[in-house]
Amino acid sequence: MDFSSIVAALPNLWQGLFLTLKLMLLAVAGGIVIGTLLALARLSNNRLLSFLAGFYVNYFRSIPLLLVITWFYFIVPFMIGWITGTMHPVGAFVSSLIAFMMFEAAYYCEIVRAGIQSISRGQVNAAYALGMTYGQAMRFIILPQAFRKMTPLLLQQSIILFQDTSLVYAVGLMDFLNSARSSGDIVGQLPEFLLFAGAAYFVISFVASYFVKRLQMRFAVS
Amino acid sequence: MNYHWHWGVFFSSTGIGKEIYLDWFITGLGWTIAISLTSWLIALVLGTALGVLRSLPNRGLARIASAYVTLFRNVPLLVQLFIWYFLIPDWLPDRAQIWLKQDLSPSTSAFLSVVLCLGLFTAARVCEQVRTGIQALPRGQLDAASALGLNLSNAYHHVLLPQAFRIIIPPMTSEFLNVFKNSSVASLIGLMELLAQTKQTAEFTANLFEAFTLATLIYFVLNMGLMYFMRWLERKVRVPGLIALETK
Repeated sequence: MDFSSIVAALPNLWQGLFLTLKLMLLAVAGGIVIGTLLALARLSNNRLLSFLAGFYVNYFRSIPLLLVITWFYFIVPFMIGWITGTMHPVGAFVSSLIAFMMFEAAYYCEIVRAGIQSISRGQVNAAYALGMTYGQAMRFIILPQAFRKMTPLLLQQSIILFQDTSLVYAVGLMDFLNSARSSGDIVGQLPEFLLFAGAAYFVISFVASYFVKRLQMRFAVS
Repeated sequence: MNYHWHWGVFFSSTGIGKEIYLDWFITGLGWTIAISLTSWLIALVLGTALGVLRSLPNRGLARIASAYVTLFRNVPLLVQLFIWYFLIPDWLPDRAQIWLKQDLSPSTSAFLSVVLCLGLFTAARVCEQVRTGIQALPRGQLDAASALGLNLSNAYHHVLLPQAFRIIIPPMTSEFLNVFKNSSVASLIGLMELLAQTKQTAEFTANLFEAFTLATLIYFVLNMGLMYFMRWLERKVRVPGLIALETK
């Protein structure tokens, strides 16, 4: 084992890590927004809306993420073509980002839904009694409390998402794992580079989980 | 945008012998099921053993199991797969290497890597569920077993585990469904399971919507079917009067 050539490849690996983090942060942001909207739809009194949101969640939760990434890589250009009338190559990053957002939204939806349901009924009633509309009650009363409660779970899911971003290897994106693999291939030291990548993922996820756990304990007390 | 819809594509010939494209999907599904079941078996055995270790009073053993869980949960599945597929075979003794790389067909050696990888990956998750299940049982169960003269291993075998497994049916179901879905990573090391066959069909026929729709449908139907079956099973084996079950 000779880890010295990793130093020379660090700029490359850093670029890969940057892409991984960019993909993750955008996917988390998009996923939480779509997931929250889905959760509101699922909990709404409109039967059709709640059925559709429920179907969306069940659908994405029962197919593999890798299938979604691969599928979107092929169909997103077609979709955009049908909408705008002209074929636009969007590239693997955009199609993967859309895939992650829509896929993770299903998981975030369940977390948000549980969070909203954990807020006592009296809070809603009190908000209505004060004359708030549904939207106001959600915005000022329910969601702020729910998000505070579910922050640890949302972060936990985001750490899982961080690990799952490595699957973009399937569509040839140069994320952290893929750049480690290709750098290792070039210098003929694949084992060292893969172990290094594994160690890096481990350290990042482990440290992040540790902080999430501490946050959870702090939230549990207050 | 021209796209030629052709839902009959699955019944048209692949040009290889008498095969039609549907045959590819069936072969792929066969691999997917084989990977899922074998990995699940490994995960179940190893995960249960680790889960029991984690719940034991012995600190040292519990710490080993907990280190295992930490390691396997914090490294992405694909990294683990690459390590199993690209690295570990090279570290084996020469004779084992020759057997793995030359005597076995490429599919079989890829299968072995995937199954070990997924099995060990999932064992970490199963371990956590088993531990939770055991710890959810009232403390009195173990005390009562000891009072009846059962030693620790008999208490686990006859009292704790049979109850714990009933409690954890729902989370274990989702773990199994995860194995089923995760088995698709095998396509990245060239094993022709369902996703790989789908991709190949899409590339051969250019009917990618049809191909991916069928694959999605297969995953969706099997997942939902299994989920409903497990819900039925859960009701069937429910222990009457157990609080942990009634609150669910």
